[in-house]
Amino acid sequence: MDYHELAYKSIQYRRTILRIIKQANAGHTGGSLSCIDILNVLYNHVLNVTPSSFDDPNRDRYIQSKGHSVEALYTVLADRGFFPQEDLENLGRFQSHLIGHPTRKVRGIEQNTGALGHGLSLAVGTALAAKIDSKTYRVYTLLGDGELTEGSNWEAAMAASHYKLDNLIVIVDRNTLQITGRTEDVMSLEPLEDKFRAFGFAIQHVGGHDLPALVKVFEQIPFKPGKPNLVLAHTVKGKGVSFIEDKAHWHHHVPTDEEYRTAQAELDQAERKWQAKHGIVEPL
Amino acid sequence: MESLSLCKPNLEEFAQTLLALASQNKDILVVTGDSRGSGKLVPFGKTLPAQIVEIGIAEQNLVGISAGLASAGKKVFTVAPACFLTSRSLEQIKNDVAYSDNPVKLIGISAGVSYGALGSTHHSIHDYAVLRAIHNIDIVSPADNFETRKVIEAAVDHPRPIYIRMGKKPMYDLHTPDTRFEVGKAIVLSEGSDVTFLATGEPLSRAVMAAHLLEQEGLSVGVISMHSLCPFDEAAILRAAQHTKVMVSVEEHSVHGGLGSLIASLLMQNGFCPRLKIIGIPDEYTVTGSQKEIFCHYGIIPEGLAETARQTLNAKEN
Repeated sequence: MDYHELAYKSIQYRRTILRIIKQANAGHTGGSLSCIDILNVLYNHVLNVTPSSFDDPNRDRYIQSKGHSVEALYTVLADRGFFPQEDLENLGRFQSHLIGHPTRKVRGIEQNTGALGHGLSLAVGTALAAKIDSKTYRVYTLLGDGELTEGSNWEAAMAASHYKLDNLIVIVDRNTLQITGRTEDVMSLEPLEDKFRAFGFAIQHVGGHDLPALVKVFEQIPFKPGKPNLVLAHTVKGKGVSFIEDKAHWHHHVPTDEEYRTAQAELDQAERKWQAKHGIVEPL
Repeated sequence: MESLSLCKPNLEEFAQTLLALASQNKDILVVTGDSRGSGKLVPFGKTLPAQIVEIGIAEQNLVGISAGLASAGKKVFTVAPACFLTSRSLEQIKNDVAYSDNPVKLIGISAGVSYGALGSTHHSIHDYAVLRAIHNIDIVSPADNFETRKVIEAAVDHPRPIYIRMGKKPMYDLHTPDTRFEVGKAIVLSEGSDVTFLATGEPLSRAVMAAHLLEQEGLSVGVISMHSLCPFDEAAILRAAQHTKVMVSVEEHSVHGGLGSLIASLLMQNGFCPRLKIIGIPDEYTVTGSQKEIFCHYGIIPEGLAETARQTLNAKEN
């Protein structure tokens, strides 16, 4: 898939995220829009996993530690055919498997997450199993920056380095916001790169909405043989809709009818710009 | 009492059983948090160094990594002191193991008040209660070397997460080799019409000894090993309730939320109202001392259990 197609998907994914959150009247709008480009690149370009290979022991694994951004994950998994698109309409409904945090009841999801600070340990264990069994699969995990204050992450970071897990790719969605406000006001994370470097990670920075740059950074794995990989993805919470961007209160705010119309209109405009440039409409 | 013969600590039986099993199955891993010494796993580490994973003193990470390893097909025995394993990493047990259905075998060592005078930080008298309230994790507390060996053998291919807890001290042999063991099925050692002791884990030997004392007085006494708190063998308890006057539950755990609470709840909800005494650690600042002294203080000794049964039986008859 080329960059233009990826870009088109990002627009459509954002539409879907907003639509299912609006319909369910619940969801994590800001964080899902923040990480959707990363998920787009992972599932459409990087991960060696498909609906048919999901039970293959050699598949790549993706574990979403920031489980609250599950609307982004559901959107991409449905687009990739892990489950029918129409299941998205069941988000948050009584007895639906599509709840507000990832569960393995939904095909394509590796681990039940949602409590923060869990994904990295799970990913370390899964990557360690690959090393023990001399398998070549890789394990990707997406962490929110706000959850980095959970101490368990640093226990896991120590173990990742100790066991030289260069098959582990930790992606931090560094949008600098959490539910209360700026991460640096809530509890200082910086210098974040220095912290991970001190824990033994090989690190690359990337613009978290720059699709070509994301593609390129994942192509460089392992960044350094014998070291776990950290992708510090600099993102904007709520990216793609002007009035949602970089605002803490959009963490789990559901758009009003007016906001929803305006947001979709902005995405209409983004799609028209894309069509003007590429001249075709790529069916999803 | 004289009929019981001493055997090794269950921890040693666990370690030796696991070493034998792991020698034949390279997917078996021990994952430990600086506990290979106290878990009697030094020989395992020397014999099968590729099958032991050290995590260091980091219980949350210990359980999270174990869940990840199990998700990739490894047969993971996660070994740590019960007190830390079931409290520091409770959220990892709840979410990464039980909720995510990663079939880790959690081995809580030096459980109950095994650590004695090290104090309440090192006691685990809460673990049955917290784990019983979590869906999708089985709980087994073996009483002797036989039950330990059997539950470890069963755990290898157990399809669900399981917590197995054991203490440090040498045990008594309580079963014959041909005894049938199954996770979730009680073992009836004897049946009695006056008193039935229902014990889980290592205090079972005290209940057996108490039964001997009472039998010498002419009483009819039964003893049941309730090694599994989940699945819980309700039928065994309801059967016993039909033919015994007094029931005494015995556990190395808080009297709240453990075996006794389960029995009381079961009996009441099934229309039984026998005289029941729940013997365990009461809800108070636990008395200080060795495990033996703590047991003695709270009556978890043959003489204490026998006296509890006598008093309860007499109270009912009056």
